[in-house]
This record gives sequence, structure tokens and C-alpha cells, in this order.
Amino acid sequence: MATRSDIPLRVIHSSPEAILKAKKRVRLSFRQIRTENIFNKTLLIMGLVMIVLVLGILITLIVQSLPSIKALGLKYLWGRTWNPVEDVYGAWPFLLGTLLTSFLALIISVPFSIAVAVFLGEYHVNGWIPNFLKNAVELIAAVPSVIYGFWGLAVLVPMVRTLEGHLGVSPLGVGIFSSSLILAIMIIPYAASLGRSMITLVPSHLKEAAYGLGATRWEVIRSVILPYTKSGLFAGILLSLGRALGETMAVTMVIGNSSAIPKSIFAPGNTMASVIANEFTEADKPVYLSALIELGLVLFLVTVVINMIGKRVIDRFTND
Amino acid sequence: MESTIIKSRNFNASFGSNHVVKNVNIDIPRNQIIAVMGPSGCGKTTYLRCINRMHELIPGASSNGEMLLNGEDIYKMHPIFVRLKIGMVFQRPNPFPNLSIYDNVIAGYKLNGIKLPKPEKDRIVEHSLTRVALWNEVKDSLNKKGSFLSGGQQQRLCIARAVAMEPEVILFDEPTSALDPISTSTVEELFHELKANYTLIVVTHNMQQAARVSDKTAFFFLGELVEYDETKTMFTNPKDNRTQNYITGRFS
Amino acid sequence: MQAKSVKYRLGKSYGFQLLTYLLAFAIVVPLLAILFYIVRAGITRINWHFLVNIPKPVGESGGGIANAILGSIIIIAVASIIAIPIGIMAGIYLSENGKSRLAYWVRLSTDILQGVPSIVIGIIAYFWLVKPLRGFSALSGSVALAIMMLPIIVRSTEETLKLLPDTLKEAALALGMPFHRVIFKVIVPVGFSGILSGIMLSIARITGETAPLLFTAFGNPYLSVNIAKPMQSLPLLIFNYATSPYTDWLNLAWGASLILLFWVLFLNILTKLLTRKWKVQL
Repeated sequence: MATRSDIPLRVIHSSPEAILKAKKRVRLSFRQIRTENIFNKTLLIMGLVMIVLVLGILITLIVQSLPSIKALGLKYLWGRTWNPVEDVYGAWPFLLGTLLTSFLALIISVPFSIAVAVFLGEYHVNGWIPNFLKNAVELIAAVPSVIYGFWGLAVLVPMVRTLEGHLGVSPLGVGIFSSSLILAIMIIPYAASLGRSMITLVPSHLKEAAYGLGATRWEVIRSVILPYTKSGLFAGILLSLGRALGETMAVTMVIGNSSAIPKSIFAPGNTMASVIANEFTEADKPVYLSALIELGLVLFLVTVVINMIGKRVIDRFTND
Repeated sequence: MESTIIKSRNFNASFGSNHVVKNVNIDIPRNQIIAVMGPSGCGKTTYLRCINRMHELIPGASSNGEMLLNGEDIYKMHPIFVRLKIGMVFQRPNPFPNLSIYDNVIAGYKLNGIKLPKPEKDRIVEHSLTRVALWNEVKDSLNKKGSFLSGGQQQRLCIARAVAMEPEVILFDEPTSALDPISTSTVEELFHELKANYTLIVVTHNMQQAARVSDKTAFFFLGELVEYDETKTMFTNPKDNRTQNYITGRFS
Repeated sequence: MQAKSVKYRLGKSYGFQLLTYLLAFAIVVPLLAILFYIVRAGITRINWHFLVNIPKPVGESGGGIANAILGSIIIIAVASIIAIPIGIMAGIYLSENGKSRLAYWVRLSTDILQGVPSIVIGIIAYFWLVKPLRGFSALSGSVALAIMMLPIIVRSTEETLKLLPDTLKEAALALGMPFHRVIFKVIVPVGFSGILSGIMLSIARITGETAPLLFTAFGNPYLSVNIAKPMQSLPLLIFNYATSPYTDWLNLAWGASLILLFWVLFLNILTKLLTRKWKVQL
């Protein structure tokens, strides 16, 4: 309620219309204050939504994995056979598939990522050529994974099939190798862009000191820039790894979807993500579904940990 | 009407554990220009920002003591009411970049959702811009955004924006420190004209400015109000040693 | 001896430089290969017919992807309606309360959320919406996508607002404005393009997502606008038809791939133009 004290003194000494106007203004302010309080509370709630979401995801995954954890125990994770029809569940083929594809993809992509990072961070920082490359890298990250999978199926797989023919391996085309190749292309941008920004952070006085001693460009890169950005590059690689672990569609389309333990990198297989994608809607038994969810829980925990380590490393690096 | 418009009693302000304004007692008379001066870090700006309760917006900031406007403690009412009666002009001119000059002047109404009839709005805009000697310079470009204005003109626009709210007091936080000398003197001339209708409190780190424009001057040092007197007296016959040292340039 | 050594080191330096250039530009090769292939395979399939018809049953030729195009639009629109207000408000909360304890956890949660694999989000949406409502629905798909959009919008809003000078907020507050008006009438309008580019980036990100929709929106061979029922979307259609053995369906998938690619590229370019204006590091 508007009281006399809320109205400016000078207005009190002037006309009645002015006092009326002032009272109206005061009432408006009270309305505004009420809305402001609601708004501030709403902001807080929206912030809390983020926390609730993460906790909700964790809890849901755990709760839904419980049937499988109770029925199969921890040895589920290194069980070697996956045969839902006979109620045999073992996650090792998928853990192995995930490890193989991700690390193979990393090994293939890291040289390229680092080359891009060094090129854009050191050799050519400005100009239309680096802009072109920067855009190309961003484009690679922007292409939807299902399109990578489709192209992989249509173009890469036949090529790999021919290669396998030459190598005397059974020419399936699909398999761990093909999915590692596609994955390698897809994860290049992550280590590349993080690496690039880390490299640009190297203080020029360090580089100048090396040049001043007569070092060549390559020597400066090798003995000043790369050591300095070691942790940043490591974080970038972790980021690429995190991406590779969670990638589903392209891998599903090209990996061959076999639940047997792959005997070689040319054999078909499955990753945790791809088996969930393929079998989720067909899981007709509670333990079956729960076993798949448990894989999702493992995936969640592993990717979260890797991303957090990566972020921690970046934070420490940029705050030094 | 009482002749004192703002009273501080045992007023203190801190940033966390950092006690920057210590036990200030001051009576600010109506329709006069009060300069607040002192070396950097003496608490003058912090004290000013306590008057319109901007100080408490900083995380960890706190204050205690009495700050009375027309006899009422402003810390017992909602800050919105305080700021309707006590306006502020800042060190760097800050007109709203997305609004035209016209809209900048009536921003206090428009952005608060107060709908005024057009003739009323026109009147307020012309009145306020005239009060800050800007009307003739911008009356043909009222709909343009203020980015083409010089620093001094932008600052006068900000003063017009504060004036349009018809406050009782206008606070100035080093209003000319970012301006060139000519704009500075234009703004200083404004002070004399604004005095008739408003009470002005001007924080300045330039003591010549304090001597030029104000009726009374308050000298802050290390958080304390060391001396407060008629400007003429303060500058010719300061009572405190510290004031004497400051005026003669022993420290700045 | 000295001169030879320097020549050798210089040679090595140039050698590594060449190697770096080669490796760096090598990445363009698969990118171009993919782009050209999609364009070539898809361009012949696209015509008016293709865009306005729904897929025909197996065996009949012709048909189109209208259900997928409309479905994508609807699912993305609903996801945006959910994610944008929450994301912007959470971003405002973080930029205003930066240092508080709670803000630390909010920010941490946002970062964690950003790294969650999309298939896991699909699982979550399944248990939160599909099971309780007893059926696949476009809405559950939208919720899954909205969860993925949130971290991007929150982040970019916070970064945009942090870049704005404090004095803008102070000027507004000094005029007696309540905080919500300061935000909506001053801060957001001035920071608009930064916030908008964050939104566009998040939309570009989810447009191509398939995994979260696999067991939520699920797909639908018919044209539908009912968000309480299953709905088709471009990436889902591509996935299902590309892995099928029918040539008609494969053709549809190629055309759909081209459309999806264009759509995603267009959104990314738009975001680029907006970001350049605003210069926010997203």
C-alpha cells in the first residue's frame, strides 16, 4: 500500500493531481517489486533445473540398471558371451569393441588433429587459407553422424571390402576397422580446435628466446610449443576420446553388429552405444533391458569422467 | 520543508571484511552542490553509491548506520523507491546503445512500462534536454541513436535522463573524469543551473573542480569524513592537517 | 661442419613444415568426398514430388519425405520452446550469481550435461516420458533434444552477458528499474545477437541427431502433427532407410541426406554470421 512517506516531499507540497500521479507511481513500483521477487526465484529454479537433470540422469540409470546388477553381478562386465535368447549376458564384447574402435580412431586421427592445430596455431594464424581450413574443420564437426554412417556404408565399406579381399581376410567390409576409420574422421575437429587455441596461448617471449638462440621453426615447435601445450593437447585428445566413446549412429551403421568377440580388427563387432541402439527396442525381458541400461550407465560414467578430466586440465592450463 | 535533505549518522560501508567507509556523519542541505573529494581509495565513491543503494549490488558488500532522506531511513524501504528520488550519473557516459536519444531521455519511464501520452513525453524530453543545454544540439536528431554524440554530449544526455525522473537529489560519480576540458566546463556550468531544482552531490578526484563548482565540500581520507565545510572556507582555511596536506598537494 | 649442421636442421624444419601442411590439408579430402557424394547421390532425387509426399510402401516407387521434413520441424520447434526459456534464464542466473556456491554446481552440471552421449539421453527420455505415457511420442523426442540444447544455450547466454559492460546494468538500476526489466529491456536487447547465436548453434547441433530419437519419437511412416504420437524425423528416416535393403528406400535416404546436410550447413553459416557480429567465443 502506498503511504505518504513513499511520495517525494516536493510533490506533497504541490498540486493534488501531482499527488495522485505520484501515488499511482508508487503502486506501480510495488507491483514491480512483487514481479521482481518472482523473477529472481524463477532464475534460481532454472539454475537448479540443470543440477536436477544431471542427478536425474544418474539416478534413472542406476535404478534401471539394478535388476541387471542384482541378477548378474559385477562379472557381467567381463562376461564374454552375449546371448539374450538363452539369458546369457556378458558385456565384454562391447567393452572391447568400444575400446578398439575409440583407440584406433584416436591413433588414426591424432596426427591429423595435431597437424591442423600446429598449422592454424603457429604457421598460419590469419588469412584466407587458415580460414578455409578452420571452416573445413568446423564443417567436419557439423555433419550429422547418420550421414557419416550412410556414406561409410555406401563408399567406405566397399573400399574396405576390396582391401580385405587383397589381404585374404573375409571381405565383409563392415567391422571394427571401417567404424574406426569413420570415427577417426569425425573426431578430428575436437583435438584440432582445442589444440589450436592452446598453441596460440604460448607466450611469444618463449618462442622469441628460442629463435634468438638460432633455433629453426621446427625446433621451436618441438622444444617450446609442444612441451608448453602438452597438457592442453592432452585435454584435446581426451575430448576427442570422449566424443568417440559416445558416438552411436555412424558406428552402428558400419560396425556389423555382431555380439561375438571380434577376432581381428577386420571382424564385425559392437560398441556399448551401438548395441543399445540396436537392441533396446527388442529387449523383451527385464534383465535384458536392464543389462543394456547398465551399459548406458558405464558409458555415462566413463564419458563424464573423461570430459571432466579434460576440462580440469584445460582450466589449470589457462589459469597458469 | 526542512533544509537538510540527506543525513548520515554513524554510517559505515564494507566490502567483505574491508571497512572502507568509517562512521560518517554528515548533513546535506537542500538545493546546494556538495563536492566529495579525497585521494584514491578514500571511500568517497563507495559512500556516494550507498546513498542510492548501488553499493549493496556488489557481492559481499554491506553497510550499517543511518542514511536519511527527508527524515526517513532509505535502508528501510525498497531500493527502487530510493532510486526514484535519488538519481545517478556515472563516470563513463552510459546512454543505452539500443535506444534513440528521445527514448534515452524518457528511459526511466519507458523501460519501466509507464505509458505516457505523446505530448507529455515530448514535454519531458524537451524540458530535460533544455535543462542540460542539449536541446538545440539534438532537437533534429531525436530519433537517432546517441552514438554520434561526443563524450560531453553523451554525459549531458545521461544527466537529462536522470533529470527526466524529477528526482530530489542527483549523485555524480566523477562525471567529468572521462571528458575533455571543454565538455568538462560545459557540464560544470550545468551544475549551477541544476541547483535550483535539485540537490547535487558530486564526487571528484579533481580538487580544483570541487573548488569551482560546489557550495560545500566534504573531504574523505582513508574512509573517514575528515572535514566538511563551506567550500570557500575549506580551501582557504582548512581546519584539519590532513585536509591542508591534500589541498597543498602533499598526496593525491 | 657447422654449415652442414645448420643446413640439415633447416631442411628438417622445412620437411616437418611440409608434413604438417600435408596432414592438415589431408582432412579436407574425406570432407569433400562426403559432400560431393551426398550431393551427387541426392540431387537427382529431389523434386517437388519428393518434398510433399510421404514414403510409399515397399515395392512402389516414388514417394517422398514430407513426413520426415514436417516431423523434424515440429520436433525441433517443440524442443526449442522447452529449452530456450530455461536455458536463457539459467544463463542469466549464472551471469548474475557467478561466484556463489550454488552457481558452481549449476555450472558443473551444465558442463557434465554437455558431455553426456546422446544415446544415454534417449534412454533417459524413454524412462521419463515414453514409459509413463505408454507410447512413443514426438514430445519425448523433443524433451531429449531439449536436454541436449540446454548446455549450449546456458553457456552462450552466460558468456554473452558477461561481456556486456557493468555500467549498462548500473544505468538501468539507477533509474529505479526492477531487475526483471533491467534484464528484458536493457541487457537482453543489447546482447541479443550473442544469445541468438547460441540458440542457433544449439538448433544446428540437434537437427542432425538421431540417437535420442530412436526410442522416443521412434518414427512414423505417415504425416503427423500429433506430438503425443510417434513422429518421423529426417535423421531417423535416413537411418532406417539407409540400412534397409530396398533401392526405393535407399534413394529416399539419399535425397533426405542432401536435405539434412543443406539444412545443417545453412544453420551453421547463419550462426557464423551472427557470431561474427557479436564476437563471442562459443
